[in-house]
Amino acid sequence: MKVMVCPLNGPRPVSEFAYGGEIRTSPNPDTCSDAEWSAYVFNRSGSPGAKYEWWCHIASGFWFAVLRDTTRDVVVATYPAEAVRCGLTPLPAGGASA
Amino acid sequence: MPYRLLRFGLSRKHPEARMFTHHDSMRTSYDVVIIGAGGHGLAAAYYLARDHGIRNVAVLEKGYLGGGNTGRNTTIIRSNYLTSEGVKFYDESLRLWQDLAVDFDLNLFYSKRGHYTLAHTDSAMRTMRWRAEVNKHYGVRSEAVDAAFVKQGIPTIDMSCGGHAPILGALFHEPGAIARHDAVAWGYGRGADRRGVEIHQQTEVTGIRVQGGRVVGVDTSRGSIATPKVLCAVAGFTPRILDMVDLHTPIYVHPLQAMVSEPVKPWLDPIIVSGSLHVYVSQTARGELVMGASLDPYELHSTRPTLDFVEGLTSHMLDMFPFLSEVKVNRQWAGLADMTPDFAPIMGVTPVEGFFLDAGWGTWGFKATPVCGKTMSHTVATGRNHPLIEGFTFKRFADYRLTGEKGAASVGH
Repeated sequence: MKVMVCPLNGPRPVSEFAYGGEIRTSPNPDTCSDAEWSAYVFNRSGSPGAKYEWWCHIASGFWFAVLRDTTRDVVVATYPAEAVRCGLTPLPAGGASA
Repeated sequence: MPYRLLRFGLSRKHPEARMFTHHDSMRTSYDVVIIGAGGHGLAAAYYLARDHGIRNVAVLEKGYLGGGNTGRNTTIIRSNYLTSEGVKFYDESLRLWQDLAVDFDLNLFYSKRGHYTLAHTDSAMRTMRWRAEVNKHYGVRSEAVDAAFVKQGIPTIDMSCGGHAPILGALFHEPGAIARHDAVAWGYGRGADRRGVEIHQQTEVTGIRVQGGRVVGVDTSRGSIATPKVLCAVAGFTPRILDMVDLHTPIYVHPLQAMVSEPVKPWLDPIIVSGSLHVYVSQTARGELVMGASLDPYELHSTRPTLDFVEGLTSHMLDMFPFLSEVKVNRQWAGLADMTPDFAPIMGVTPVEGFFLDAGWGTWGFKATPVCGKTMSHTVATGRNHPLIEGFTFKRFADYRLTGEKGAASVGH
């Protein structure tokens, strides 16, 4: 992966981006148990696979979502951040690079 | 003796003893199955057989012996950590290292060099003093030293580091050493093999059978085995094994790269680490400079190295040692580091009875090989965590009791 397609800026070198971790949903801290909360805070899906992740284009401060294969380091698609709220329906800004 | 060598090569019978026994088939059951024939797994097998009399043990390896992070690290051994748990644990390891070659009857090229962790800022100097005090409290030989001491110990270093990161001082750790990493795996492997442990290479674990919350067997690419105890020592592959027993941990995997230069005349005796410049470097007995830097910046399960890494690391090497500009880089490689949020390992018993974990060794596992073998073999044999690993338990995250070793990571990650 040397080039990533930013939904705002188009294809850019990957050195312009920062990784923000996997996209995860928080349990409600008021109602969940201590065990559920510690699992959310600490545990991660460590196995390889296609994962939705947060990335940021540093130069423009633009956060967006990426579907990336963590075995081969291939970006399958990229999405504007709004797509995360709508459940990550693929939007036309997607692109692939190797 | 070329004639003898030729005769040996052409002979169908090889009279010289092989390093390991070859086993055509696996037994149907073992008392203990160890997944991963790296340093940690083989050390545990060795101490299980030697100290606990448990010899019906299989070590399963999907690739070849010592081909994972044991063969990919930068071989630095030190115990100048920050937490009491860390200092005691690594210092026990350092003690074990010193007579290991005699134990194995094998030359490990263990070489005590002295270890400088350079400080380029006031806050780094403060951390060095803190680490030195914690170390001294536990009888570990470390001290905070000033710039003149550093210059005397490493006369060739550019004390201004190219003008932008002047060296103010360092944490000097006199027992810091390097050793030949392959020999460590071979020594433990041969020692275990001679005591009856079976090492099966090219044997991949495909599943772990659990009944009523207790391990009953292991499925492999070469058939199934019954066993009541499984020890997982697979570094970057840990999350895949944990999926088989439905356990969840904070472990996340990033590649860690390293590289080695062409051999040059011996000129660098001590081991040099700079957290600010993201460099650690030592010179091997062959004269190569072995260099490493920080983790790759995002999750990845591939060991393909990158040009970015070489560019970054060489530029920081030249800040410290400008005269190296003509020296070539020979090889680069990567390993998969299983990281934890508190930079401490995850060891010992797990909620699945009979499933033991030796993981979360991220970028700091090689130096701990002997003590991991000792403590994990005790834990597997007795079913209870060894006192030295109480700070590294599986359940510390659920209890919100992290160990906080980040201040002693060799470079800022």
